[in-house]
Amino acid sequence: MTRRAVARALVYLSLIAATLVVLLPLTVVLLTSFKTSEEMAAGGGALSLPDNPFNLSNYVAAFQDGRMLSAFGNTAVILVFSIGGTVLIGSMTAYAIDRFTFRLRKLVVALFLLAALVPSVTTQVATFQIVNSFGMFDSLWAPIALYMGTDIVSIYIFLQFVRSIPVSLDEAARLDGANAFTIYRKVIFPLLKPAIATVVIVKGITVYNDFYIPFLYMPSEDLGVISTSLFRFRGPYAAHWETISAGAVLVILPTLIVFLSLQKFIYNGFTRGATR
Amino acid sequence: MADTTEKAAFPAVAGAGPAAPAPAPAPRRARVRRGVTPWLFLLVPLALLLTFTYAPIVNMAAYSFTDWDGVSPELRYTGVENYTEIFTREDLFRVFFVSGYYLAASAVQIVAALYFATVLSFNVRFRNFFKGVLFFPYLINGVAIGFVFLYFFQDGGTLDSVLALFGLHTDHAWLGTSVSANTSLAGVSLWRYLGLNFVLFLGAIQSIPGELYEAAELDGANRWHQFRHIIAPGIKPVLTLMVILSISGSLSAFEIPYIMTGGATGTETFVIQTLNLAFRFNKTGLASAAAIVLLLIILLVTWVQRRLVPDDKVDLV
Repeated sequence: MTRRAVARALVYLSLIAATLVVLLPLTVVLLTSFKTSEEMAAGGGALSLPDNPFNLSNYVAAFQDGRMLSAFGNTAVILVFSIGGTVLIGSMTAYAIDRFTFRLRKLVVALFLLAALVPSVTTQVATFQIVNSFGMFDSLWAPIALYMGTDIVSIYIFLQFVRSIPVSLDEAARLDGANAFTIYRKVIFPLLKPAIATVVIVKGITVYNDFYIPFLYMPSEDLGVISTSLFRFRGPYAAHWETISAGAVLVILPTLIVFLSLQKFIYNGFTRGATR
Repeated sequence: MADTTEKAAFPAVAGAGPAAPAPAPAPRRARVRRGVTPWLFLLVPLALLLTFTYAPIVNMAAYSFTDWDGVSPELRYTGVENYTEIFTREDLFRVFFVSGYYLAASAVQIVAALYFATVLSFNVRFRNFFKGVLFFPYLINGVAIGFVFLYFFQDGGTLDSVLALFGLHTDHAWLGTSVSANTSLAGVSLWRYLGLNFVLFLGAIQSIPGELYEAAELDGANRWHQFRHIIAPGIKPVLTLMVILSISGSLSAFEIPYIMTGGATGTETFVIQTLNLAFRFNKTGLASAAAIVLLLIILLVTWVQRRLVPDDKVDLV
């Protein structure tokens, strides 16, 4: 019995240790974001509390000088288009693959599956040339097209779902005179709501956090998304950790809110997405 | 995967295929239209797939045999020169050793994730809180993580302050030498990706029927026995999947080292090097060859995994 108690204590100890390891770096950055540059220079140590916990001047600086507002705007535009496109494309692909038998169907399925194995970081050298030749380089269209075109995970999630919708529903609609497009629009798509929610969340978080694609394809400053705009803080604020911290907190905050409000969906979404 | 799609095709054959219970063979025009319909749905997806995934791979393979600089209209065929350069030039090959740090971190990460997933799948107080805390880092923006940990490793930053609490006053520049910088960066990757592995393990463990534990308990099995004989076999498919993800992730590590050090002090990874070759030094040909090598390694690793764990098992997870 005592051995069990010791084991239990050790388990809690390890969980608390892990919690500290996760939360401490984040908490310190939050504390730092409320400090003034004088406080930073005085060197009170990273763990000291800010003199004025309501000092928002760093946030104002990050927002205005760091162009975070336009960054959030650009990110929002990219999010809307790429998520909308991904949902449409993913569901249409899944519908076509699952509900029709046609020549080359196997080949098409294989093409989509094989693409899932290719990590997109490896192909950017050549993708760059293609994006460039379409004249999309340094425009919001480059990331939008790339996010829409390469999302195999969402196609897979939709495929799983379309399979679970009974074919008898299609048949009933067909007897009522509906063609394939009407069936997709009126029967399949509305029934995909849970899958759509999953894809919106998973895709949304991926796009919101992506650094690589916007960094590579949108170098001009007014096209910054939140990751690239935050990355640019390195230059002007190099030694001003209070401003950099405020920027980081600004970027993390929306993720935290979404996570806390949608926890369950997020866990499920990532489990489904990652195991393919 | 191929197997399951095959099975799923059955109801579709009955519904939409020519085998549909039609009173008479459909007229020719209707049959043609039925054959075209799926392609109308697939037109845009396939166009995007071919343009942004397959065309680049084909182009890249072609560039890799040339000395193209990415701009000039002329491409000169150089045979396998780029490939021999990658494998013989020591400075180019060195980046693979950096992957070793990330690989080691992945091993620690898998063990830790497995431990926490096992612990948290049993009754523990504040279970959801701990679950959330462990998973949350995975959702945070990479640049923000980079900055959080730049401050963490700063002189007089978070780490030094914490150590000072325990009376340890170091003036160690954590990102100063190659070994300690790479260890630190790999540590950040561990911090960032632990949550994903943890959640995947958790899902797998929870899909094991609860009666199994009860039966084992009746037979007098302790926690370790339960883990060894119930949990371990149940999560095997996820485990192999994770090993693969870890290997390809370690080889293609990019964001954390790029944001935090820019590849300085010996922290350059394969992807950073490839990008520098392509976009800074205009050696598109050499960069393409490097990317092809990485791609082949990752495909090989994935192939080995598929051989070790049959597809349908992965699909059940």
